Amino acid sequence: MQSDSPVAALSHVVKRYGSQVALDDLSLGIEAGQVTALLGPNGAGKTTAIGLLLGLVAPDAGAVQVLGGPAGELAARRRTGVMLQSAALPDTLRVGELLQLVRGYYPRPRPLAEIAALTGIGAQLSQPYARLSGGQQRRLQFALAICGNPQLLFLDEPTTGLDLEARESLWTVVRELTARGCAILLTTHYLEEAEALAQRVVVLVRGRIVSEGSVEEIRAHGVRRHIRCISNLAVEEIRRWPDVTNATRAQQWLEIESNVAEPVVQRLLATDASLTELEVRRTGLAEAFVRITREAASKCTCP
Amino acid sequence: MYMSVNSGALALAPDTAPSVSGVRVFLLEAHSEFLRLLRAPSFCVPTIAFPLMFYLLFGILLGPVHAHPEAARAALANFLVIGSMAPGMFALGITLASDRERGLLELKRALPMPPGTYLLAKLAMAMLFAAIVALLIMGLAATLGGISLPPTRWLLLFAMAVIGVVPFCAIGLLVGALVKANAAPAVLNLIYLPMSFLSGLWVPLRFLPQGLARFAPLWPSWQLAQVGAAVIGQSPSGSPAAHALVLLALAAVCFAAAQRALRRRR
Repeated sequence: MQSDSPVAALSHVVKRYGSQVALDDLSLGIEAGQVTALLGPNGAGKTTAIGLLLGLVAPDAGAVQVLGGPAGELAARRRTGVMLQSAALPDTLRVGELLQLVRGYYPRPRPLAEIAALTGIGAQLSQPYARLSGGQQRRLQFALAICGNPQLLFLDEPTTGLDLEARESLWTVVRELTARGCAILLTTHYLEEAEALAQRVVVLVRGRIVSEGSVEEIRAHGVRRHIRCISNLAVEEIRRWPDVTNATRAQQWLEIESNVAEPVVQRLLATDASLTELEVRRTGLAEAFVRITREAASKCTCP
Repeated sequence: MYMSVNSGALALAPDTAPSVSGVRVFLLEAHSEFLRLLRAPSFCVPTIAFPLMFYLLFGILLGPVHAHPEAARAALANFLVIGSMAPGMFALGITLASDRERGLLELKRALPMPPGTYLLAKLAMAMLFAAIVALLIMGLAATLGGISLPPTRWLLLFAMAVIGVVPFCAIGLLVGALVKANAAPAVLNLIYLPMSFLSGLWVPLRFLPQGLARFAPLWPSWQLAQVGAAVIGQSPSGSPAAHALVLLALAAVCFAAAQRALRRRR
């Protein structure tokens, strides 16, 4: 095996649940030192993909490789950390007890003090799980995911229910881990999270990859700039301008989508001297994502 | 601790990490299971409080203690069977149903526990609780109950109570694999109480209606009670080894059915 092969990979994986195809010939590699964000609408197959990589689900076709072996092997699990989307811990066990339990599964766990410092769960060590707030429970689950010093980390919707501060500190830890060479697979509904963390984005729709690349590349899909101003210019006329892909009006506001901003802005200012409130914005990942998934859905021939 | 290794090499280096002892993981898991059960009233009350309370009431205070030593010994053996049913059924049934429903079972499967540790830890803790209940019941019997037996008989009774948990664990496992978490305690009680009654553990079978008594051999608790009867020197129906085999077969069937149900639910 070459040293540049991915830490974990799905190759040509098919997974069906009854007549429902969850994953359709999916190939995906997770690289060391990178956050790979898996995005997609509900039911796109993200959780199934994680289940396959964890060895919880067996593929109907294709191969799943994790840390140089088949998924789910004990040796691989000892180097893997996981935060599932919905896994409640026993209500009566205390935070410290749960941390010591899960640390004990791993050959080289992080010291408790380090985990507490990284995740901010130190003040709750003697509290039973049921007494924690939703955000604290999520923090503990994150702490359990990283407590074994993993080389491969699965984070399934990690920041759902976290306040902004807790989310920021989780992001900081994620960045530190990737800097140390950890391979991370992240699924999230918050596109700004993918934007903030991911080196690579994979967009999944109905079990197929419809787009993949860096955040920049995904963002560049289709329209690149949004121009907004107050102007009386006719929408129909602007739509005919070069580089403009669409123009709409909402009361006095004019909204223009275009591939490049500068020539359109120049022409706007030249045509309407009374124009005010001009703003230019890059397309966010969220808008690109919506467009990509919508296109994928309309292309789909299935019912 | 920073790893200065090239990330690709780090990712694919053979697993040189020091291994984790399976025994240590088992002990950790068992300890956490123990704390969990100890803190769950839905487990402790039917498992520890009820058998003790009822033995004290029916086996000693209202029971035929000094007048009929034979009957007193039979009551002891029967209540030890009752005391060994509940830990098995409730320890596995309640926790498994809850773990399954809350997604914890899935997380545990993803965590690096050697295969089987999860269930073995639960089984061991069921046996531990059965041992505690058995010691408490035998303590009551030897003091307030005034029962005296040769030490080997006490030991055999204790072993019967602790090992006898296994088939009831398998029943609990099956219930836990099939039933919703909030229904599990009720379903387990619905099996546990009628089954112990119909096996003649509370009231001797000869006082039950003929029709019900005839079906007693169907119940695992009756089978275990026959082993208990043999231990205290009262002639059981059939050989104790045959009853133990029936229990073993039942455990195997329930265990296999539970595994199947769990696999299908994935």
